[in-house]
Amino acid sequence: MALNRRHPAALFAVLVVGLGTTGAAYAAVSAQTAPKAAVRTETQVEQGKQLFLEGCSSCHGLAAQGGSDGPSLIGVGSAAVDFQVSTGRMPLAAPGVQAMPKTPSYNEAETAALAAFVATLAPGPAIPTEEMLNTSNAEVALGGELFRTNCAQCHGANGVGGALSQGRVAPSLMGSDAKTIYEAMVSGPQSMPVFANSTLSIEDKQGIIRYIQELQKNESPGGFSLGRLGPVTEGLFIFIAGLGALIIAAVWIGAKAK
Amino acid sequence: MNELEHPTGDPYGAKDGKDLVSGITVFPMEPHVPRKADIDPKAARRAERQVATMFGLSSLMIIAFVVAFVKIPNTSLISIPIIGVVNANHIAIGFTFGLAILLIGIGAIHWAKKLMPDEEVVQARHALTSPDEERKEVESSFKRGAAESGFKERKIIRRSLLGALALFPVPLVVLLRDLGPMPGTRLRETIWDKGIHLVTDATYKKIKASDIPLGGLINAVPENLLEVEHEEENLNQRGKASIIVVRMDPADIVSQQGQDWDYQGVLAFSKICTHLGCPTSLYQQRTHHLLCPCHQSTFDLSDSGNVVFGPAARRMPQLAITVDAEGYLVAQSGFNQPVGPSFWERG
Repeated sequence: MALNRRHPAALFAVLVVGLGTTGAAYAAVSAQTAPKAAVRTETQVEQGKQLFLEGCSSCHGLAAQGGSDGPSLIGVGSAAVDFQVSTGRMPLAAPGVQAMPKTPSYNEAETAALAAFVATLAPGPAIPTEEMLNTSNAEVALGGELFRTNCAQCHGANGVGGALSQGRVAPSLMGSDAKTIYEAMVSGPQSMPVFANSTLSIEDKQGIIRYIQELQKNESPGGFSLGRLGPVTEGLFIFIAGLGALIIAAVWIGAKAK
Repeated sequence: MNELEHPTGDPYGAKDGKDLVSGITVFPMEPHVPRKADIDPKAARRAERQVATMFGLSSLMIIAFVVAFVKIPNTSLISIPIIGVVNANHIAIGFTFGLAILLIGIGAIHWAKKLMPDEEVVQARHALTSPDEERKEVESSFKRGAAESGFKERKIIRRSLLGALALFPVPLVVLLRDLGPMPGTRLRETIWDKGIHLVTDATYKKIKASDIPLGGLINAVPENLLEVEHEEENLNQRGKASIIVVRMDPADIVSQQGQDWDYQGVLAFSKICTHLGCPTSLYQQRTHHLLCPCHQSTFDLSDSGNVVFGPAARRMPQLAITVDAEGYLVAQSGFNQPVGPSFWERG
């Protein structure tokens, strides 16, 4: 009888609690490994260099020349640094196929200093100005066409992201601000190709950003959006909830009345 | 004889364990347990009330439906926990009408389960063959008919009939052949040709090779596409001629489909998957892999567009490119192979 005293779900519950605790503890510890602000020096570039040497050089090399653990940062420009650091992708929480966004490890001033330092290494795409990100006069229809031509294949027609190969993903754009989107286009982070201003003009980019902003405003007039992923989640939902309800109804209809 | 003869008794002697008609043993029936409503008039009245309540609620729902349809403007939004912001009118009429139908159904089943006669019967199936006499009769009448028709003796009739039947499918073959026109060379040709400029898709601007950054991707089409589309009034040429242009470090290029088909690391490939023709432009610039979203076929653009994963059987066709005098990308020639999925005549 001792065996029966344990609830059938007990083992499952222990597993869930154990794995959850371990995962949370790991995430908490690993996210904190990024070094905090260092001594402030006279100029932004010097401060950036200081931060770089402390926090980035172990992977990207002392001269940002890159190595086996991280790519060269020479010529990536301030846009790339701002994108990676301000979204929390860098510094990496753990090595993997793709850096994922998390709480940023550096504050705004530190991020700006890092970007300023990396921009001095070689010319590269710069952080966009407020004016470049002003989408109030952008052509949203053109932006939509450009989005469907250049972005939708990976980020999805609704901009909610999608899977790539070998565990990589195109992230959702639903929480991205104009600066982040712009910087991603000009710097081509990780798997994403580069869409330089020479081939996709600033006006085109403003159109795309405006289109994404309009997508972000979209309500779901039908209620559950189910991630807006289309037939995958919708099919899964109706398969489980719809067929489940039908099975329960069938069992009830077939059961003998007492 | 498969009808129930004894609506309340033990039809076909089921209780004896033998079916009277077939003689096959049937499983023993469990002893009948009367329902509460059968023995307790109070329970019966309760069940009756429950069924009537459901039917009554259904009527209320229909009234609520009409009220909601008339009273709630179809522009008003309402926020429902979990579900989110939805159109109040749609939710109200859907909910009331759906519930009205559901309540009738639930009420009917509840009624049948609790109050309608509760008997357990065995219904035997009759044998699945016709009786022997019938079978013999059919056989003999068929034989008599065959003999009377003279099919065996009148050879000329028999042979001419067989001939006519043999020729009967010919019109079908002719009509099938006429379903065309056959695609001819259209599956093999695109509008790419020597000297045609590559232009950006959607904005139709010529592309300077020097403008493409390392790791860059451009979705491109031939310069004359819009003209041709206008002329042909369809999107067929776009479906065949769409390409992607990428730039990688020339040192990363392992192989190409032809010598010097790139221009300083700028490569052009068909955008149409060789598996089933999906537009394939999920280019991952670090691995130079091109992924098709439909069935995950993956092509390595740094290595002749070879298939590295997935169901595609052929590599992605490469377009040979170079630059004109002003540095704009042009095609060296058309594709040297059909683009897109395989087809019957391709061999």
